[in-house]
Amino acid sequence: MPLADVEFISRQATKGGVVQHRTEFYRYGVFARRMLSWRDLVAALVVFALLVLLGLGLRQMMAPVASAMPQNISLSPWALPAYTLRTTLRMFIALFASLLFTFTYATLAAKSRRAEMVLIPLLDVLQSVPVLGYLSFTVVFFVSLFPGSVLGPEFAAIFAIFTSQAWNMAFSFYQTLRTVPLDIDEATRAFRFSTWQRFWRLEVPFAMPGLIWNMMMSMSGGWFFVVASEAISVGNISYTLPGVGSYVAKAIAERDLHAVFYAIAAMTIAIVAYDQLLFRPLVAWGDKFRAEQTAAQTVPKSLVLDLFQHSAFMHRLGAPIGSGLDFLARQRFTPFAWVPRLSHPLVPQRAGDIIWFACIAAAAIYIALLLVHFMAPTLTWHDVQVVVGNGFLTLLRVVVLIILATLIWVPIGVHVGLRPKLAEKIQPVAQFLAAFPANLLFPVAVVLIVHFAANPAIWLPPLMILGTQWYILFNVIAGTTAYPNDFKEAAATFRIHGWRWWRDVMLPGIFPYYVTGAITASGGSWNASIVAEVVSWGDKRLDAGGLGSYIAHMTTAGDFPRIALGIAIMSAMIVTMNRLIWRPLYAYAERRTRLD
Amino acid sequence: MDKAATTPVLDLHNVSKDFAKPSGEPLTVLADINVSLREGEILGLLGRSGSGKSTLLRIAAGLIAPSSGDVTYRGQRLGGPTEGIAVVFQTFALFPWLTVLENVEASLDALGIDRQETQRRALAAIDLIGLDGFQSAYPRELSGGMRQRVGFARALVIDPNVLLMDEPFSALDVLTAETLRTDLLDLWTSHRLPTKAILIVTHNIEEAVLLCDRILVLSGSPGQVTAEIPVDLPQPRNRLDQEFRAIADEIYEILTSRSLAAIKAHKESHGGIIHPLPRVFTNRMSGLIERLARPPCEAGADLATLSHILNMQLDDLLPAAEALHILEFAELMGDRLSLTAAGRSFADADIEERKRLFREHLLCFVPLAAHIKHVLDERALHRAPKLRFETELEDTFTRGDAEKTLRTIIDWGRYAELFTYDDRARSFVALQG
Repeated sequence: MPLADVEFISRQATKGGVVQHRTEFYRYGVFARRMLSWRDLVAALVVFALLVLLGLGLRQMMAPVASAMPQNISLSPWALPAYTLRTTLRMFIALFASLLFTFTYATLAAKSRRAEMVLIPLLDVLQSVPVLGYLSFTVVFFVSLFPGSVLGPEFAAIFAIFTSQAWNMAFSFYQTLRTVPLDIDEATRAFRFSTWQRFWRLEVPFAMPGLIWNMMMSMSGGWFFVVASEAISVGNISYTLPGVGSYVAKAIAERDLHAVFYAIAAMTIAIVAYDQLLFRPLVAWGDKFRAEQTAAQTVPKSLVLDLFQHSAFMHRLGAPIGSGLDFLARQRFTPFAWVPRLSHPLVPQRAGDIIWFACIAAAAIYIALLLVHFMAPTLTWHDVQVVVGNGFLTLLRVVVLIILATLIWVPIGVHVGLRPKLAEKIQPVAQFLAAFPANLLFPVAVVLIVHFAANPAIWLPPLMILGTQWYILFNVIAGTTAYPNDFKEAAATFRIHGWRWWRDVMLPGIFPYYVTGAITASGGSWNASIVAEVVSWGDKRLDAGGLGSYIAHMTTAGDFPRIALGIAIMSAMIVTMNRLIWRPLYAYAERRTRLD
Repeated sequence: MDKAATTPVLDLHNVSKDFAKPSGEPLTVLADINVSLREGEILGLLGRSGSGKSTLLRIAAGLIAPSSGDVTYRGQRLGGPTEGIAVVFQTFALFPWLTVLENVEASLDALGIDRQETQRRALAAIDLIGLDGFQSAYPRELSGGMRQRVGFARALVIDPNVLLMDEPFSALDVLTAETLRTDLLDLWTSHRLPTKAILIVTHNIEEAVLLCDRILVLSGSPGQVTAEIPVDLPQPRNRLDQEFRAIADEIYEILTSRSLAAIKAHKESHGGIIHPLPRVFTNRMSGLIERLARPPCEAGADLATLSHILNMQLDDLLPAAEALHILEFAELMGDRLSLTAAGRSFADADIEERKRLFREHLLCFVPLAAHIKHVLDERALHRAPKLRFETELEDTFTRGDAEKTLRTIIDWGRYAELFTYDDRARSFVALQG
């Protein structure tokens, strides 16, 4: 047996995953490498399919407007796979961009105290602006950047998805960077790791579980926005990008309910495939980065990951990439090494801070003046009153809906969580429902409302929470599953039942989880209001009033100052709701109901 | 151990270190330290937690820069972590997502050595330290002892001249620590380690006497080297040897005389109110009193024996002994702790009587408790915010010390049923005496 093969086997063996692989050789008594197994074939098929589809999809995107902008989006179900592919592609590109953003923005914020002062509040605000609010402005920006090409609207749509993903990933990364375990950090310094090495070998791996989790959450929220941003109509700019969203938009315009159902089916398949092919493997792989010091009882498993890891073909394919990345990560490269580290800074720290604050203040004033200049001429106090009034209406709806969702789903969630077998089955379903873009279901609801001639002002708002109530459900299930057994047993031995059981035993335990779910649900509802408070079916338009409807109307009219006003007020309400309700609740949860 | 070279490998000269308190004033943690590590020796830095020994080790490793004084390694000034010095950490500091082999290779990877060489040296180090067969295990699958072996392998693989160890065995159980110690000594005495000198920081007196050729005792606040004790006993050393016991006793004496002096100094200033209390709970004090009252102690024992019977190290035993001394249930003299008459009564009494005795002694011998009670009695609602006492204490202490002292007095006050503490309102509340 050639030496190279021996080394290959011993290396793989030390990598810990492929001991099985080794025994496979021995079992046949021959040290010859087997040509191909069924695992290799399936893995190859998946990879080639992805590559081909990627190529096809990209080629179409670059084509000039005429050919890529089908004058008619076909409503035939056979056109759906291509559309679904395009939609999924946009998600991927946005995810990649988010990752890039996270690694630069969050790292800068974590490493530089002065940068942090600006970047983190900025992130907080960016997170509170409704995603679809960005869309109106970015469409204009990107279309003007790429006049005549389909790249403009494509970038706008991708940017919209990016804004739904990047912020919480950046936050999570920033927070993990600041909580790197002290002893490993000291060890990397003592062993003279360069900054670059430390980033890739300590900080990113440590942040990996949080990053993967946030990526999952982002993506599951992202489907909603991708669907909403494919049929763009801002003022006199109107585009439809080929994708599931515009398919549904066309179906709504032509009152084709069957087409809507086809779209729902296609989306379901796409999300399930996405979950199995991307997320489960990622989560299973990410498990090895857990910084806990004890082996977990249950390890996340993924068929696809096993496939990839145990296939010799994949190893050969991935080996050059792996060693390339390895080589890069080992470089003793220190970015910003040319910036001299003075032991005594030139300017004393306080003076430096003051100058920095002054710069920030100057920039803020300049921006404020710019904004006033842009918006003042066309806005009046009446406008502000209208907007604020609408804002409170939507606020009322969000609060009522969250309360309703809580009352319904918390008991159900606890019931499910207490039965592990049931939880195992229901948890993925709840996660799927949270990921499924609820706006594909809106037409169905609209048909029903029109049919029963119901009052849209009462029956449209529940659509806002349709997609986001599941966050409450699966967080409560997660909290109940994580609830320590000895507490449950103690409650049973002391025969605590009924209302007292809820009040003293269960609710405090799941409270932090509930609050997490509720925060996500409420944020999602605000976002959804822009597409839920005004819905059309053919030429019939249902309007529920409220801030979302106001923003939607202004977007169609292309009235930018009022769009900006609407978005500003909505963001302000979201931020206020966060600070006044959710953060104190969360702090209360942390302080009083922590189980450690 | 042959002390061939007289020029020290690592030399700390007049090193001091200040940290900034929240109020902005500097807090001196180390003052005027002189340590020189010579080739061929194992040097021990012994002290209680908070004596600054970990800070000193990090200064020696180049991880922290001293506020004044200089550190020289092989004649050159130390400007940061440098080639030839390796550190082993108390909590192992392994990468959880890398296997044992990858963890050991990591320190060589950082230096940019090529893959073949890295793997060869890593496997050799793993072999040396006794980890063969564990190469592909992840740290979470390993016991504490194995993890520390990985820590050793990772440090030794870079062929360091100086090995700095920060309480390497204190996170391990007694038996595992013993094995690792003897293994380390074996490697050292048979010259199979690439290192020429070792500096070990510890709070375990027996461990220090077992391993070291020279022991520096660090104590006081700010930390200073209060004693240097050469240990000339031949390896392998026996805990039960008379000379061994003598050295251990000597160290205990040095440490207790320092704490007694500190206690006395505090009592004489500020009327004894501003006096740092050792962080010891009432259960532990009761337990210690009971143990002292029973055979084989018969109302008194020397600290070395106590440490051995109770398996308590410096950081647990000395504070408990000091607490008893302050409350005058026992007397710390030299290296011996003996129960007073009150202590003997306490040991024999039932819980009500114990509380009564404790309350008496608390009011009598801990002025801070009396002060708090006085303040509470004066106020109309018999409540006082914790902040009031915190600010009083923070005049002299750091925030950490003030917090610790208050937590201790809360525990003692609750036991004595003198006063209690409302966590939600963050205030002291008087109890009917």
